[in-house]
Amino acid sequence: MASRKPFYLLVGLLIIAGISLSLHRHYTYDIPWLPGETRQTWSIEAKIEFDATGDEVLASLAIPNTQPGFTQLNQQTASPGYGLAYSEKENGGRRADWSIRQASGEQALYYRVDMLLDPYAAPPQPSQPPELKVNVEKEPYATAANQLLDRAQERSSTPYTLARELIQEFRIQSQNAELLAQLKPQTDWVVQLLQQAGVPARQVHALQLEDGRRRQELVDYIQVFDDEDYQLFHPENGQQGRPDNLLLWEYHSGPVLEVVGGKNSMVTFSMIEQEQPFSAALNQKFSENELLNFSLYTLPLEEQALFKGILLIPVGVLMVVLMRILVGLKTSGTFMPVLIALAFIQTSLTTGLVGFLLIVGMGLLIRSYLSYLNLLLVARISAVIIMVIGMIALFSIIAYKLGLTEGMKVTFFPMIILAWTIERMSILWEEEGPHQVVIQGGGSLLVAILAYLAMNNELIRHLTFNFLGLQLVFMAFVLMAGNYTGYRLLELKRFKPMVEDK
Amino acid sequence: MSGPLLNWLREVRERYAHPSRLAQKGVLGMNRRNISYISRYNDRSLFPLVDDKLQTKKIVLDAGITAPDLIGVIREQHEVNDLAGMISSLPGFCIKPAHGSGGKGIMVITRRDDLGYHKTNGQIANIGDLERHVSNILAGLFSLGGRADVAIIESLIEFDDCFTGYTYEGVPDTRVIVFKGFPIMAMMRLSTSASNGKANLHQGAVGVGLNIGDGSALRAVQFDRPVLLHPDTGTNLLTLKVPHWEQLLNLASSCYEMSGLGYLGTDIVLDREKGPVLLELNARPGLSIQVANGEGLVPRLRQIEALGNKHKMTPQDRIDFAREHFSRQ
Repeated sequence: MASRKPFYLLVGLLIIAGISLSLHRHYTYDIPWLPGETRQTWSIEAKIEFDATGDEVLASLAIPNTQPGFTQLNQQTASPGYGLAYSEKENGGRRADWSIRQASGEQALYYRVDMLLDPYAAPPQPSQPPELKVNVEKEPYATAANQLLDRAQERSSTPYTLARELIQEFRIQSQNAELLAQLKPQTDWVVQLLQQAGVPARQVHALQLEDGRRRQELVDYIQVFDDEDYQLFHPENGQQGRPDNLLLWEYHSGPVLEVVGGKNSMVTFSMIEQEQPFSAALNQKFSENELLNFSLYTLPLEEQALFKGILLIPVGVLMVVLMRILVGLKTSGTFMPVLIALAFIQTSLTTGLVGFLLIVGMGLLIRSYLSYLNLLLVARISAVIIMVIGMIALFSIIAYKLGLTEGMKVTFFPMIILAWTIERMSILWEEEGPHQVVIQGGGSLLVAILAYLAMNNELIRHLTFNFLGLQLVFMAFVLMAGNYTGYRLLELKRFKPMVEDK
Repeated sequence: MSGPLLNWLREVRERYAHPSRLAQKGVLGMNRRNISYISRYNDRSLFPLVDDKLQTKKIVLDAGITAPDLIGVIREQHEVNDLAGMISSLPGFCIKPAHGSGGKGIMVITRRDDLGYHKTNGQIANIGDLERHVSNILAGLFSLGGRADVAIIESLIEFDDCFTGYTYEGVPDTRVIVFKGFPIMAMMRLSTSASNGKANLHQGAVGVGLNIGDGSALRAVQFDRPVLLHPDTGTNLLTLKVPHWEQLLNLASSCYEMSGLGYLGTDIVLDREKGPVLLELNARPGLSIQVANGEGLVPRLRQIEALGNKHKMTPQDRIDFAREHFSRQ
């Protein structure tokens, strides 16, 4: 007898691997344990308005992409008569470009995007720091600016502290600040001075998300880089970091809106907050991101639906294993109950049960005639298959004529399996009598119903589909059950007389 | 706690045995039988020897063990017509499928006269009925999984009269569990009207636990419940004692050497002239024998396992060991 250690090691490994894979999926990809959880998404609409001059018009709007904190879902535009193209710049900046040959008067173009609030969002590419460029300013602005920068540099050590101190300095040295503000806005000065100090920085345009707001405008933030990392700074109070619900709209050193052939152009934003079931949100999230992870959400919807069914089969199989090994129920055909349960999922339980009993009952009647004909086995089974198909067709037609559309669903039953069930039951009847048919048929049906209840459970469906690691756990359970040498539940009843007579 | 729930719990306690009490009694369960005994001691490659009665027949003949004579084999549908010729000179015979299990498809003809062939249950069949039965066997009606099968025709055993009154129709046979060559437990199976002349306990046959020491009855059960009298004939079952017991144990334990199976069920009948005759071997013997004996198999199996393989015991040593240790009053 080989040692059982490797066996328990294997079972332990399977369980640990299965559970840690599931935990990984839960914590890394934010997949909830329970079904029906929702995720927050924001629907944001940008409205571009301008007066067309009567010539050709080209309008280009910067649009946001997936970024830390937000995953971009779908986007759409409404712009009657305009041609539309999405373009992507080398640095990752995306733009929507509208064009029309001729337009005049007031124009309105709409762009709508859904952003998923997603702490695990993975941007398609990291933010690129802008190139450093040094502007030479004329006096007296250069001296004033240098005074600010010098003071800030004295009190700072890193790019981030420099940015913070510089913004501070604009408040402390208010005279210098006022002087500089005559030439250009403070935000521009901060960015320029950071660049001058060798720190890559740029002005970005962001949107503060608040539910139900309309005609909002973008606010400026300063993005300061330290190698690959960056931090956002509020240009007025120097607050560091991205505030909650701040969506970066334009963050690639480009203009927010460019309009050729129009004037008085402006863009405003309205937004609403929505709750979406997480599966819908994930579907959209993963539909574009194939390399992100090993997830069924990357498959097309049709295959996903298929896998939802396939991944439930181990649950049914586990049920059969438990019922046979732990309880000791007899079933006709080892895994026939699982297939019947799969059919029940399609038909609903009552319709399925009625259909199953009708078909098997009728089949047994007709099969009892076939046994008088003394057919060879293969021919007999084939005859039963044809008979089952005939009955299914008949029941469907009758059900349809009677207006019972539910009855049409009997076509979901696996016909070959039904034929074999009828054949086995019939032989059982001839050999052991109707009593055994009721016991084994009832056992099969009971296991099928239990398997159905397990497989149709919303929670189990959710878990098997989203946590592939659980399949390893099922595997471990099946292996453990295969090693169970204890009594079956029904044996406790069977051997009861043995412990009674003392 | 509510009343109905308590009642239900009480009912469960009455109808189900506590696992620890079964374990204390040494009852062998189906799972443990399959894992710890069948798959450990019965080499998979040896299964065909017992599952195919034709192969069993062959090794039985080679080993010189007493068994019913083989009259003929029908393998193909077109050979069915030869049946009449094969059985023309015989007063009684038996037709069985080579891959049948649990006594399925066995037809016993006790005598023949002008009316036709007399079956054990008193029905009379004609040659057409026999031929149809053979076709059914060939088509796999009685074999495991419905595979095509062959029909075996054997000579009839002349049952010893010593069991008259203990059985209703059918063949009384003795089942001995042989573990590593030791006959560890035995019972006699007596058919009843409820079992329709068949000797299967789950169909209602009476099981009589036998004392390994001398072949006398210990206890009798039907449908897992103790009985004292045969339900049809009214004979006191506890007066039963199997004759030729030593010879019968010899026959049973020699099946271990012959088949190589460590955990084996042997079915033996007593012939009037030949004495104990081996009817069938079973690589997956059922567990009802424990109920018939009122005792679990596990302690005896453990005792044999504890002997180890160190000292070689002759078949006679093993029988003496079993009779000494497993004898009950």
